[in-house]
Amino acid sequence: MKNKFILPSLIIFFTFCFIIFYNSLENSNSYIPKDDFDTKLPIFNSKDFFSKKEISSQDLFVDNDYYILNIWASWCAPCRKEHPELMKLSKNSSIKIIGINYKDNLKNAKKFLNDLGNPYSTILIDDDGTISIELGAYGVPETFIINKQNKIIQKFRGALNTESIEKINLILK
Amino acid sequence: MLTNQIGYYSIILGLIFSVLIFITSLKDLKNIKILNKKIFFLSFFQFFFVLLSFIALIFLFISSDFGNEIVFSNSHSTKPIFYKIAGAWGNHEGSLLLWLLVLTLFIFLFLLNSKNQPIKYRILTLVYQQIIIIGFFLFILLTSSPFNYLYPIPTEGLGLNPILQDPALAIHPPILYLGYVGSSIVFSASLAATTQNYISKAWAKNIKIWILISWIFLTIGILVGSIWAYYELGWGGFWFWDPVENVSLMPWLCLTALLHCVLVLEKKSLLSSWIIILSISTFILSVSGTFLVRSGVLNSVHTFANDPSRGIFILVFLFILILFSLIIFFFFKKENKDEKIKIFWLSKDTFILINNWFMMYFLSVVLIGTIYPIFLEVLSNDKISIGPPFYHKLIIPVLIPFLILMSFSQSLSWFKSKIDKINVKLILVFIISIILSFSIAKIAGSKNLYNSILVSASLYLFLVSIKDFFNRYKSYAQSISHFGFSLLILSILLNGILSTEVTANLKVGEKFIYKEGSIEFSSIKSYQKNNFKSIVGLFKIEDKKKNYVELEPELRIYNQPITITSEADIKTTIYSDKFLVMNKVKGDDYFNVRYQVKPFMIWIWISTFLLAFGGSLSLFRRINEK
Repeated sequence: MKNKFILPSLIIFFTFCFIIFYNSLENSNSYIPKDDFDTKLPIFNSKDFFSKKEISSQDLFVDNDYYILNIWASWCAPCRKEHPELMKLSKNSSIKIIGINYKDNLKNAKKFLNDLGNPYSTILIDDDGTISIELGAYGVPETFIINKQNKIIQKFRGALNTESIEKINLILK
Repeated sequence: MLTNQIGYYSIILGLIFSVLIFITSLKDLKNIKILNKKIFFLSFFQFFFVLLSFIALIFLFISSDFGNEIVFSNSHSTKPIFYKIAGAWGNHEGSLLLWLLVLTLFIFLFLLNSKNQPIKYRILTLVYQQIIIIGFFLFILLTSSPFNYLYPIPTEGLGLNPILQDPALAIHPPILYLGYVGSSIVFSASLAATTQNYISKAWAKNIKIWILISWIFLTIGILVGSIWAYYELGWGGFWFWDPVENVSLMPWLCLTALLHCVLVLEKKSLLSSWIIILSISTFILSVSGTFLVRSGVLNSVHTFANDPSRGIFILVFLFILILFSLIIFFFFKKENKDEKIKIFWLSKDTFILINNWFMMYFLSVVLIGTIYPIFLEVLSNDKISIGPPFYHKLIIPVLIPFLILMSFSQSLSWFKSKIDKINVKLILVFIISIILSFSIAKIAGSKNLYNSILVSASLYLFLVSIKDFFNRYKSYAQSISHFGFSLLILSILLNGILSTEVTANLKVGEKFIYKEGSIEFSSIKSYQKNNFKSIVGLFKIEDKKKNYVELEPELRIYNQPITITSEADIKTTIYSDKFLVMNKVKGDDYFNVRYQVKPFMIWIWISTFLLAFGGSLSLFRRINEK
């Protein structure tokens, strides 16, 4: 039974399996529903983070060609990580970043902005998470790019990284 | 915060103890007369610290400490306490910790339970087991620590998917893990026995306990999972050939083959190489299962969070284990000279070998069906999914010879059986089962010859196993398990053949009349519940024989986010399950109604339970024998 060729051929076989599985990890097909780009931004009402005034989304997304909508919270570690990228983006005055503060404690959120800077032109409060859900967010942070026609043209789940910043810059150019 | 720290550092301490055990055992291996007491202490402390960190995690869940990342993302302060506790292992990180807990518990029990075994074999088993344990410790610490904390502390958690809040699903993972991890002991022990050239009758006796433990838990784990799928998913089925289900079925098939082979080894010291291969494959299949499920390579209804770095870790670990066991097998396995004894063709051994070939056939069908899509996608970028028809076409025809041979084997003895023992009674039983199955076919109005043959074969096994109960020389454990298996196959077949389904679109007050009876949609009520609106329909169903049932399926409209789930109403009797589910037809007063009658549904659960019960009887007998 113990043939000289069995062990090497088994090893070759399993190495082959290893390579296949290794590759399959890269095109990992998790069950995320299709990105629904080009969907219209839902209309919602909320309060301003600082002034507590009622704001409707219809009045907010009007002038600019593009808006960046960022859902964040002070308790969310990846938000802290992506914050410098948002700060960099906000230096470009033609870009308007609108923040949605997701299920957060107001004090903590203010401290967060004091520590790390405020890249947002407007911040809306989303106490119970309904706005984020209406927007189709999966979690925090999440970033949307919205065009003049109030359509969502790009979504980024999770923290922004250099790759997604490049994409954003490409769109905003 | 403190609990978090306790949990985290306990894991690190546990890892340190593992390394200590590993080193001490290797040192002891060279010059040894008696087992070092220190090893017991070390193993105990290793188990103790993992337990401590697991308790810390449960405590975090109970106290809803959202400062912990996994409590935050899997729990909610309003969740019932039972699901808070179950939440501890309902996620990737917690379930790995549970896996580790069982690993350390089992190796400790193994040490206690193997006192009459050779010392070098015990220590080597411990060493091999530590390699696995250290692997899992590193996996937890490097890629999936359950004790990451969030700051500032969120006030509320994200909650758990309502579909997962089910008692069956809360106990399903731990039971399945007991089965998987039990197979790791079989793996280490068989490698240790190979290294020591100690594959003998005595070894078979010792390892059979662990094979049985693993097999029983795996059987019950699969059963509980199927029950959940049947009641909660509302598709009216209990097995979908979903990749994640297959992944638990494969070790089961392998373990079943092993369970039978070990009997041959125990009685006659035969088949030693084959047993080692089976032991290795069982555990490798279990770890592959973890890889396939946790890495997100598979497309499945079981959506778990996936992270490629985890996948790579398990993959590398898996292949190290494979290489390691191959090397041990090829360099240490000595040809057993006693194995030259010839097997008489008409004996139990022959049939156990045949059983093994069938098991390997079923295993390869399931294996190919599960991983072929992955291979294809990598090699050619084609996406395919393999569904039930593939498995049914390849497995069901082979069941016929399998069942008939299994029935024969029950009346055979070890060593030699004489031909005249295959007596008139058996032939008589065979004829009875053929007649019975054809009359069933006639009653059911099915003209399918193939189905009749299938039912005959399984009825035959069923009757033979009943007959065996009255045979004094047989063990009850075996009879119960085989009876359970025949009942399982029989109920699955009858369930598959005799199930009926009607669908109709109905409005309140309407009555739908079909060939077999009528369905009346008599009223509808709606209630406002805590976080959903519930719509309950009342349906009156009457069949040809004037049997009358009322079923009340429910639609739940959750408000955040707006999702509609439909809860089927199921009426269970010993003859059949009546299953009704309704769905709203968009923008209309009509509801889509699906009514199913599923005969012998409850017997599928009972028979699987019997299968496991037979195994447990055998286990208790073995433990008491000592």
